[in-house]
Amino acid sequence: MARSVAVDRSKLPSPGPARSFVFPSVEKSTLPNGLRVWTVAHPQVPVVSFVLLIARGSAADPAGKEGLAAITADMLDEGSGDLSAIQMHEALARIGAQFDTDIGSDATAISVTTLSRVADRAVGLLGDVVVRPALRQHDFERVRQLRLHRIKQLRDSPAAIADRAFLKLIYADDPYGHSPIGTEGSLATLTVDDVRAFHGGTFASDAATLIAVGDCDHATVAHLAGRAFSDWRANHDQNGQKPANAAAAPRLAVVPRPKAPQSELRIGHVAAPRLTPDYHALAVANAVLGGQFVSRVNLNLREDKGFTYGARTSFEFRRRPGPFVLQVSVQTAATARAIEESIGEIAGIRGPQPVTAEELAFGIAALTRGYARNFETADQVARAVMQLALYDLPDDYYAHFVSRVEAVTRDHVSDVMMRHVDPARLTTVIVGDLDTIGHDLGRLNLGDPVVLSAESF
Amino acid sequence: MTLSFRKHTLANGLDVLLHEDRACPIVAVNIWYHVGSKNERPGHTGFAHLFEHLMFEGSQHHDRGYFQPLQGAGGTLNGSTNADRTNYWEVVPANALELALWMESDRMGFLLPALTQAKFVNQRDVVLNERRQNYENRPYGLAPMATLASLFPPEHPYHWTTIGEVPDLESARLDDVHAFFERYYHPANASIALAGDIDSDEALALVDRYFGDIPAGERVTPVRASALLPHDVRIYFEDRVELPRLYIAWLTPAMFASGDADLDLANDLLANGKTSRLYRRLVFEERIATDVSAAQNSREMAGYTQVVATAAPGHALGDLEAVIVEEIRRLAAEGPTADEMERGRVQAESQFIFRLQTVGGFGGKSDQLNAYNVFIGDPGYFERDLNRYHAVTPDSMQAAVARYLDPAARVTLSIVPSGRAELAAPHSDLVSVA
Repeated sequence: MARSVAVDRSKLPSPGPARSFVFPSVEKSTLPNGLRVWTVAHPQVPVVSFVLLIARGSAADPAGKEGLAAITADMLDEGSGDLSAIQMHEALARIGAQFDTDIGSDATAISVTTLSRVADRAVGLLGDVVVRPALRQHDFERVRQLRLHRIKQLRDSPAAIADRAFLKLIYADDPYGHSPIGTEGSLATLTVDDVRAFHGGTFASDAATLIAVGDCDHATVAHLAGRAFSDWRANHDQNGQKPANAAAAPRLAVVPRPKAPQSELRIGHVAAPRLTPDYHALAVANAVLGGQFVSRVNLNLREDKGFTYGARTSFEFRRRPGPFVLQVSVQTAATARAIEESIGEIAGIRGPQPVTAEELAFGIAALTRGYARNFETADQVARAVMQLALYDLPDDYYAHFVSRVEAVTRDHVSDVMMRHVDPARLTTVIVGDLDTIGHDLGRLNLGDPVVLSAESF
Repeated sequence: MTLSFRKHTLANGLDVLLHEDRACPIVAVNIWYHVGSKNERPGHTGFAHLFEHLMFEGSQHHDRGYFQPLQGAGGTLNGSTNADRTNYWEVVPANALELALWMESDRMGFLLPALTQAKFVNQRDVVLNERRQNYENRPYGLAPMATLASLFPPEHPYHWTTIGEVPDLESARLDDVHAFFERYYHPANASIALAGDIDSDEALALVDRYFGDIPAGERVTPVRASALLPHDVRIYFEDRVELPRLYIAWLTPAMFASGDADLDLANDLLANGKTSRLYRRLVFEERIATDVSAAQNSREMAGYTQVVATAAPGHALGDLEAVIVEEIRRLAAEGPTADEMERGRVQAESQFIFRLQTVGGFGGKSDQLNAYNVFIGDPGYFERDLNRYHAVTPDSMQAAVARYLDPAARVTLSIVPSGRAELAAPHSDLVSVA
């Protein structure tokens, strides 16, 4: 092959004009019982991703019954009608389906991905799982026991301890203050009747959306949904979560992990809800601060100092204000310095070191230019549609994302960070070797650390 | 289903694989270098992976971080090292393909002039922290070190893990990086795959333009080593964990070798998912374990099958071991049921098709084309690979289990809570791992 043009290595090639990408339209219908059926044609591969979304998650756990929503979700695939738990999974395996249950604070999602030629059987099984779970006593006992074991095991993991401690400290008794699995104490009090009642009040047709994305058409999915979900009743319990008044969180807490080679850190506080008008500006701010590899926090702690394998920040957007958090695991000897640097970066971006024009352009470009790759697979599109359903976002939300991000200015970024992030309110959680790092913590001026044990969550 | 492609080898030996998929306006660029931790020597472990980190620190004509221009163009990127290969990938908007090729070719052709002692020391610290985070400070995190060290003899390159040993990483030198680059990072030891919104003629011309002038290096002689586990190894160590965990491992056939697919399906049937035999018995019926899983880890020179199970509180690992061995003996004696075979085949086919959904990233179509090209010399192996699974019969699976999962020749590792040695599988010797 003859090469006509030599490579110019004096400068990087600039990308040409972007090829257009349009988020596919969502076709919608509603069954007589109120179940919303939303589909997107995505026919590239003979696969369909189904997601059954219930807009209620672990924040709906009644006080004292933390873990109820999650164990209810976990019980769904433990058999239906005459099918035992194992027979249910054999039926899923016979069609090669991938079955998953996800639970977050605001939602429960049951998903099945399958070859399109067996989509009818997949929808039937999804109906059995969601509408007609057996919820038997002996299965409940086993599932609860496994979850109790899981809680024990989570105490081995510094990252899991840090996550749980952080949520508990910043939210206290708020429904967002516990992780979905609950606690040993709360799980011990749950009964199968609690699960049945929760399922009856929460898993109702008028509180659910069936999303199907892939090699399928709307009429077929609606027809299959009618068969599988028509006996589902619309009796959604309207009692929402009851937010608690935010208590003042401690500034510094340590969960001792003697001789740990690293300290696992969480630094943050309660910030903004998903529907904040500042969403796009916060996304840009986060991209610059710690949302990607080329961010201030990662470049400082990893690429400059070598303290860690990686550091990042995020706004976890929820129905009500969710956490802003910086998370990193650093070598033990660098703990205090890493905390200083982290808090310094968070404080800096609010004013002393505002986002530069170059950083702003980079953050916007990183969020917008590759936007299409977020919608490549059926599963990705289904998750995107799920966000529309969960937060009542308009159908054209994704079509406007790029222009809204592009409209963010340096002033917006400073303004939203001033309003949503406050260095004086940050809570720092350390899971690490207190004996080694303790004497360094004084210089942080965060007061004496609250010392917690991993058993207390 | 097939995974269509074009293959062309440049004059300098670089294999170029092209796959058009114009559904989404993105392109995956994926490069494999046929070097991994199996090319290391004792005393120098962890080097291939440390080197991978240095590939992101800039090259002669872009002596800044590798991520910045690509993320600024809307791309996402990463790399990984395992025992057999090192891969690097970008997924970029279609209009940034040339940028990705510029960047990848600059670090293939011009890495060393930009490499400094400061960068080297920084990334060595980062890797030591990666090791702390993912192995040392993670529950059961040192299990791979203990398992591989017992399965493979000390001179065998699968004896050590890809992350390497701490003293080896600490004694690594910048000079070693130069030698390593010269030997392994050149067109004749690499394969590049482009998948996505491309015109394959134009894309091939671009690859040739950016990579064609990089000098061909010397072909790398494949590493050869063999391993035999003539007897049982029973070991344990203590860890900061609440529940004891059992690992049973056997030496098995290499990737794509006879018996590999049989064992892959046998492992699913034994221990993956709620329908599996061991899940039913250990977790569902007897409730002496909290989880169980199994995998055939297929590598270029050899494989190993490993069953992992965590004991429920109050149960010792010997109880779990007895059930696992009994179920393996039963599978070896009686073979699978027709229903198990049917489920295994359908699941294998579904998984193959699910893999065709994405052009890039780990396991996407570009990565698969490179895997087939590098390991078996045929990027078109997708269908034959699936056929290996269709060809498994009850008899062939039964024979593979009987031959390779020999209860008398395995490595049995127990990881127990501190001070609870009595929970280890019986007759295990204490080992130290770090």
